Amino acid sequence: MKRIFYLISKEFRSYFYSPIAYVLIAFFTFLSGYMFFNICKAYMIQMLMSARYPWFAERLNLTDFIIRPLYGNLSVILMLLVPIMTMRLFAEEKRQGTSELLYTSPISSMEITVGKFLSAFLLFLVMIAFTLPFPIILLKYGNPEKGVIISTYLGLILMGASFISLGTFASAITENQVIAAVVSFSMLLIFWLIGWASQAAGEIGEKVFSYLSFFEHFNNFTKGLIDTRDITYYLSFTIFGVFLTYMTIESSRWR
Amino acid sequence: MIEVKNLTKKYGDKIGIEDVSFRVEKGEILGFLGPNGAGKTTTMRIITGFLAPTSGSAIVCGYDVSENPMEVKKRTGYLPEHPPLYLDMTVSSYLDFVAKIKGVNRKDRKSVIDEVIEKCGLKDVRGRLIKNLSKGYRQRVGIAQAIVHNPEVLVLDEPTLGLDPQQIMEIRNFIKSLKGQHTIILSTHILPEVTMVCTRVLIINKGRLVAEDALEELYKKEREKLILSLRIEGEKEAVLKLLKPLKGVQSVESKNGEILVECSKGYDPRDEILRAVVSSGMKLLEMKENLPTLEEIYIKRISQEG
Repeated sequence: MKRIFYLISKEFRSYFYSPIAYVLIAFFTFLSGYMFFNICKAYMIQMLMSARYPWFAERLNLTDFIIRPLYGNLSVILMLLVPIMTMRLFAEEKRQGTSELLYTSPISSMEITVGKFLSAFLLFLVMIAFTLPFPIILLKYGNPEKGVIISTYLGLILMGASFISLGTFASAITENQVIAAVVSFSMLLIFWLIGWASQAAGEIGEKVFSYLSFFEHFNNFTKGLIDTRDITYYLSFTIFGVFLTYMTIESSRWR
Repeated sequence: MIEVKNLTKKYGDKIGIEDVSFRVEKGEILGFLGPNGAGKTTTMRIITGFLAPTSGSAIVCGYDVSENPMEVKKRTGYLPEHPPLYLDMTVSSYLDFVAKIKGVNRKDRKSVIDEVIEKCGLKDVRGRLIKNLSKGYRQRVGIAQAIVHNPEVLVLDEPTLGLDPQQIMEIRNFIKSLKGQHTIILSTHILPEVTMVCTRVLIINKGRLVAEDALEELYKKEREKLILSLRIEGEKEAVLKLLKPLKGVQSVESKNGEILVECSKGYDPRDEILRAVVSSGMKLLEMKENLPTLEEIYIKRISQEG
């Protein structure tokens, strides 16, 4: 078990040896900050309008006007950035031949898989931490619902875990980082767009497709709804992804 | 120490190795020879647990690689053909990481790493990024990585590949210095390397074992007939005439000032030659047994199969 921590600490640090971590965090912070700024500005205009039309003010609240659109957008940015975080995990090892060291060391395939996954997840958490000023600002100058903020972050973390497990798997099936990124991005996109298909599919199809969609589940969290169905979805997705990665790693010995 | 039994590995329809069996005793250095694509790397990868065999078994230090890979991996060090280096780490942080995942305990780690750095001559570069190192240094880091946990078995895939002559000498001497403490399997293209370093030889071709023996045994086996090379002062024609009728001499020829005597099977006519030469009044300058070189054996074995 100790070896898992050694692996995580090495993997996590190697994000910072190369510029990847800095570039990712910088762009993510910039983009999310830009969005937060614009959404707040739009909210201010609404406030001014509400001075003229008092009935409008009743519909104004921070959850609906700022938190939900902001974190909805962030989840799309994450969909773009997570594949870049995960693409090197296994692909680079295979390309550089360092997988020969890892797979001939007394560390099990499961430990390797989980360690790699957790190192990317840790970077993800660091990245997410850079968005914490937004709720802090909202709390300081407004009166947002605290429960919604907590449930939104819970959703974001769960969704991130499933993104990462999918990206880790994509990295395990190829030795080309670009392919790993393209595959994981496309698959994430499919799981996003699958929600759209639900509108055209029949009664049962609608339920199935919208259940499979990443963002339908995330929606509930941004409403302040913590449903075991959503948690189960993300957790099972994550575990399934990690399991597939493990199987890929194991099977590479038999090919 | 290492026992390989009927090992077969197929990549789809392609045969990697077929029915390979051999043993390596404790403290031996086994030279693993063969042309490119013969299956050397495949065999080594199976022994180290990187690949699983299609059939057959490899037992290392009493543990079966397929059944007990963790125990085997704890006891083996492996240097693949391309040293497995994390280019964006420094030499010492890389070795620290390897020591950690190989299970060197915390209190020994620092001294072990210092010792390995000293042994492999990496003192001057320990703080440098691996990507800035030359090929020779990278190779040494690769070797350091393989021996950092003091493994009983060491598997080295072409350890001197791409090094300059001085570095090759250094690495060879280094490997020789490990003899006795470690059991070593070493693959190479360079035949003199085997003669210099190894105690036993294994030749593989097209996935099959074509020769396996101790170096001297291999020479002896190859030598069906005794071939002597002589230097004699005197008329060439006279010498040939003198030697030809001797018992046990099959043919005599003169080549580059030396006289090559091919003896009949099972005969050793050295004392008769000596007597004949001396009694005829000629001067014998030199007489030696002409051993086949490893190159000759190698080429012969490889082409036999092909």
